[in-house]
Amino acid sequence: MKKQFKGTESYIASDALSEVVNAATALGRPLLVKGEPGTGKTLLAHAVAKDLGKRLLVWNVKSTTKARDGLYIYDTVQRLHDSRFSDHDVSDIKNYIRMGKLGEAFTADEQVVLLIDEIDKADLEFPNDLLNELDEMSFHIHETDETISARHRPIVIITSNNEKELPDAFLRRCLFHFIAFPDEQMMERIVKVHHPDIENKLLAEIIKKFYWVRSLDSLRKKPSTSEIIDWVSALVSGGVDPRRIKKEVPFLGVLIKKEQDIDIVLAQANPY
Amino acid sequence: MQRRAPRKDFMFTGFFFTLKRFGVPVSINEWMTLQEALKAGLTDASLSVFYRLARAILVKNESYYDRYDRAFAEYFKGIESDDILVDEILKGLEEVDPLTLTEAEKRLLQALPLEEVLENFRKQWEEGHFKGHVGGDRAIGTGGRSTQGAFGYNPAGVRIGQGYGRHGSAIQIAEKREFRNYSSDMILDTRILRVALSKLRTLLPEGPFDELDIDNTIDKTCRNAGDLELVWKRSRKNKIKVLLVMDVGGSMEPYHWAVSKLFSAAKSQIKDLKHYYFHNCVYQDLWTDIERSSSVPTSEVISQYDKDYKVIYVGDASMAPSELLDVNGCIEYFYRNEEAGIWWLHKLMARFPASVWLNPMRRRIFETSLSGRMISKIFPMFELTLDGLDEAIRALLKPKRPRITPEEIQSFISRRNRPYQIMY
Repeated sequence: MKKQFKGTESYIASDALSEVVNAATALGRPLLVKGEPGTGKTLLAHAVAKDLGKRLLVWNVKSTTKARDGLYIYDTVQRLHDSRFSDHDVSDIKNYIRMGKLGEAFTADEQVVLLIDEIDKADLEFPNDLLNELDEMSFHIHETDETISARHRPIVIITSNNEKELPDAFLRRCLFHFIAFPDEQMMERIVKVHHPDIENKLLAEIIKKFYWVRSLDSLRKKPSTSEIIDWVSALVSGGVDPRRIKKEVPFLGVLIKKEQDIDIVLAQANPY
Repeated sequence: MQRRAPRKDFMFTGFFFTLKRFGVPVSINEWMTLQEALKAGLTDASLSVFYRLARAILVKNESYYDRYDRAFAEYFKGIESDDILVDEILKGLEEVDPLTLTEAEKRLLQALPLEEVLENFRKQWEEGHFKGHVGGDRAIGTGGRSTQGAFGYNPAGVRIGQGYGRHGSAIQIAEKREFRNYSSDMILDTRILRVALSKLRTLLPEGPFDELDIDNTIDKTCRNAGDLELVWKRSRKNKIKVLLVMDVGGSMEPYHWAVSKLFSAAKSQIKDLKHYYFHNCVYQDLWTDIERSSSVPTSEVISQYDKDYKVIYVGDASMAPSELLDVNGCIEYFYRNEEAGIWWLHKLMARFPASVWLNPMRRRIFETSLSGRMISKIFPMFELTLDGLDEAIRALLKPKRPRITPEEIQSFISRRNRPYQIMY
C-alpha cells in the first residue's frame, strides 16, 4: 500500500484536504487548490513532498511565463556564443536543450511533487497550452525530434489566487479543492504548531478577538492565518495580559495592514 | 417504519440530474473521473468521504459549493434509514463490468451534445432498459460507445458505507451550507469584485511597430546563425476607460459598503477611471465628491469624454416618479432643474452606448418600482452581485439592445399625466 498523505507536524491538513491529495495521486490527476490568501495553498505542496518523502519541484508562474518554458528551452544564445569558439560541439542541438520544470518532473528517476504556483498569473492561454502535456504526461521536442514521456507520473499541485478564471477544459481535468478559512478549533491547532508553549487562556482570548476582527464586514483585507501567527508572536514577546486583549486590540498593525481598516477596527473595538 | 422498495437506479443517474437541476455545471468527463475514483475504492466506504471526493472531482469553483451542498442534501436525504438500499447497491455494484474507453472514444463521448445524451437516456429509461444493474447490453453499454453508456454504467464501483451511522454526517455537512457565502449571488468582497472587473481590461497592441522585440530579435538572429535580424512589435496598452456614476445618500445609505467596495475594486483595476456622484437621479450637475459640495455640469461630462467610455451607474433607481419625469422634480427643494431627470439620463445614454446600471437591490424588488422599470428601459439594469456584475460586464463589452428613442421617453412622461395607467 502506498503511503497516504496526512499532513505534517508543521502543516495541519483537514481530512477533506488529505483525502483529495490522495485521490489526485491515485487518479494521476493534477490537483487545483484555491483559497483565501494565507490559507497555505503553496505550503501544501511542500507538506506533501515532505510527508511522502518525495522531491519537490517548484514552477513559479509569472505574467510572462509561457507554457513552453515549463517543458524545455532551446538555448539558442548559448549555442551562438559557443559557435564563436571551437571548444564546444555545437552541431548537436541536444546539448542546448534545457528541461523546464515539467520536463524535469517527467525525466526524474522517481516520482516527484510538482508545484505549479499561481497559475492564474499567466496568460489566459497558459493552462490550455498545458492540457495535453498534463493529460498524457508527455511532450515532443521539435528541435531534436524526441518525445519525452513521464517515467513516473508526478503529483501535480496547482495553486490559483482567482485573479483570472481558468478555462473549462483545463478545470475538467483537475481535481479541485477550496481551502476554507480554518475554524476556531483548527486555528487553535495551527497556532499551537507555531507556538507550542502558549497559555491556553491567552490563546483563547487571541482567537476570540481574531475572529471578531475578521467578522467586521467592512474590512478591505481580512487578516489571515499568517497574520494571526505574527500577532501571537508579538503578543507573546510583548507579554500582553489576556485581559488586555479582551478590552482592546494590542499591536493592531500586525493584524491589519490597511489604514482604512485600522480606523474601522478602532471604531468598533469595544468588547463584544 | 415502512420501507421503500430499493430504487435500482439509485446511484448517480439521479445525483447527476439533481446536480444539473441545482445549476452545478457537471460534464461527462468529470463524471467518468468520478467513476474511476469509485472503482479505485477511494471513497473508503463512507458517504462523508464520497461527499468530499465527488465535490473535488465534479465542482471546480467554490461558488458552486453551496449548490452542490443543496443538491447533495436533497438527493441523499433519507439514505441512512434505508440500510436495505445500501445492501442492494453494494450487490449491484459488484456485478457491473468496468467501463473501459479508449482515448478516442472518450473524445467521441465528449463531443456528444448533452441534450441528446439526456434525451436518449430518458427514452431508454422509459422503455425500461435500466432494470437492475447488470447486463443491460443496450442501456448499460459495456463499451461506453452508445450515448446512454456513460449514464447506464453509472452505479459501478460505489461502495456506500457499511458504516451505518456515518451516512448522516455527510448530509449534515451538506445541510449546514457552510459555503453559502461563496455562492455567487451574494454581494462579495473587494477582491472578488476586482476579479470580476478585471474582465473589462482589454490589452490591445496599439500604434506603430516601433518597439524592439528583443526576445524575438535574439531568437531570430540565433536561428540565422548570427546574422542580425531585427523584430519590431507594437506596444500593448490597456484601453479600457470607465465612468463610474454613483448614487449617494438617502435610500442608498444601506448599500454604502457595497458601493464603496465596488469603487475601490474598480479603482485598482481600471487605470482610466472617472467617477461622479448624484442623488436619486442625474440632473444638469454631477457631483465630484461624495459630500456633494462641488460639481461639474453634466453637459460638460458628456462633451468631455469620448463615446468609447464605458459607463457604470450604481443606484437603487427608486424615487418618486416626479423626480424622474418632472421639471423641478429634484427631491432637493433648493435645486431647480429645467429639464426632467429622464432626459438627462437619455442624453447620457445617447452619448455613451456602452452603459449599464447596477442596482444593489434584488431584481424582483427594483422591477416592481415604477422608476426602476423606467430606468431599466434606458439602461440595462443588473443586480450588484457577482453574477449581476458578470452579466453587466458582458453587456458593456457587447452593447446590443436597441436604444430607447426620444418618443418612448416622451410617452413615459405623457402617460404619467394619466393616473393609474403609468407603464402598465
